[in-house]
Amino acid sequence: MKVRIDRDRCEGHGRCHALAPGLFELDAFGHATALADGNVPPGMEGKARLAAANCPEYAVRVVEDDG
Amino acid sequence: MSDRKPAPPAEAGADAPVCLISDPAFERPPVTDWHTDWDHLDARWRDDPFPIWDALREGPIARTERFEGAWLPTRYEDVRAIAYDTEHFSSRRAVLRDRKFDGPPLPSPPITSDPPEHKAHKQVLLPFFTPQEVGKLEPLTRRICNALIDEFIAAGRCDAAQQYARHIPVRIIAYMLGVPVRDSHLFIRWIHEILEVGASDDELNSSATKAMRDYFRHHIALRKEGRTEADPDGPVPDLIRLMMDGSLNGVPFEERHVLGTLTLLMVAGIDTTWSAIGASILHLARHPEDRRRLIEEPGLMPTAIEELLRAYSPVTMAREVSKDVELGGCPMKKGEMVLLCFPAANRDPAMFPDADKVVLDRQENRHGAFGLGIHRCVGSHLARMEMRVAIEEWLERIPNYRVAGDVRWSVGPVRGPRTLPVAFA
Repeated sequence: MKVRIDRDRCEGHGRCHALAPGLFELDAFGHATALADGNVPPGMEGKARLAAANCPEYAVRVVEDDG
Repeated sequence: MSDRKPAPPAEAGADAPVCLISDPAFERPPVTDWHTDWDHLDARWRDDPFPIWDALREGPIARTERFEGAWLPTRYEDVRAIAYDTEHFSSRRAVLRDRKFDGPPLPSPPITSDPPEHKAHKQVLLPFFTPQEVGKLEPLTRRICNALIDEFIAAGRCDAAQQYARHIPVRIIAYMLGVPVRDSHLFIRWIHEILEVGASDDELNSSATKAMRDYFRHHIALRKEGRTEADPDGPVPDLIRLMMDGSLNGVPFEERHVLGTLTLLMVAGIDTTWSAIGASILHLARHPEDRRRLIEEPGLMPTAIEELLRAYSPVTMAREVSKDVELGGCPMKKGEMVLLCFPAANRDPAMFPDADKVVLDRQENRHGAFGLGIHRCVGSHLARMEMRVAIEEWLERIPNYRVAGDVRWSVGPVRGPRTLPVAFA
């Protein structure tokens, strides 16, 4: 599984980082980027989905391995 | 009518009583039809807006001839569409007024800024308000909360809005701006005059705005003389210094930009979070099952805060139609106003299952309490931190309490409890 951030959509709500700090980091302006090239470590899939489901800008996308 | 007495002198202290319960709502012609004559300053909206929004969501975007012609989207998708459409909807008038001020409105960057200038106006502030930076203020926030609780806990009762919630954000923003906390009562009064009474009272709105700008001029002048009344432990630079030294493409910000942003930070940083904290404490008073759950499962706090923000979003923002446009069959004409009702959008059952129910562990929650799109609230992380700390410290020391008197709500673009008498068990 991977997570992707659409940087054009991100407005710095920071919800993804708050819900899944292991998957995202925030830059100096509070805008998010995915850590580890977006690769979601085993066991973190739920957190990744939660981050996507809470982004008010639909900027976080989860890419399933088989999809 | 409104309290027109001059502000008490600064030396009166942060706890000087402030009359906040003037009622512009009762002086307005009552709304007869919410679909064609809505008014967010009406007493029914102030006291219980939820059924009004539920009814409006079923119809076309609501219209009123008040405010010189304005629209009211209440569905999430409509609010979102307008918030994203900066081509047809300008932010230059961010608050609805009975009569628009003549001439171009005073700018309060970045909330009144449109693209392309908006980005630079906002970026100067963003590094100051990241979750990391805001985290440094958490110990101070805890101290403030506990000092407030110390003052009333022995009495076994308090007004949680007047004696607790209202003092927390104002003290933090004073610290960040670099102005003395003892002047808090002035800030609260000016904001009341601008946001609540000021929508219909031009004179009071103008005098409060002027007083606030003069206040910041004074503190800028002090800094130019190498002096400051900032808290010695406060941030370096503080927000006043940050704006004084700010520039755009190498050109220093004009005075009206600096004053506009500083005024905005004060206006936006106080009533909003005061409202969110108060509404949360009220919800937990009326729902002991939620209160117990939050005490027993503190790990729920992050989702609980978001859910309380969704269910009791305090803030609506206005837009001005800058180009004729049709939305959902409604012809919106240049110069008309729109009230972006994020609180109504956040209760839209098409977006949130069980929208009227507070679900502390709600998993999917794309609420727009802090706005959607480019105008996402700069202070959102500060507000969240203050809310979380204020609720944690309250529940730690006052785990059992109940409402013990009349709850009165504010009128205007920021809605929250302004009196909240509670008795402790």
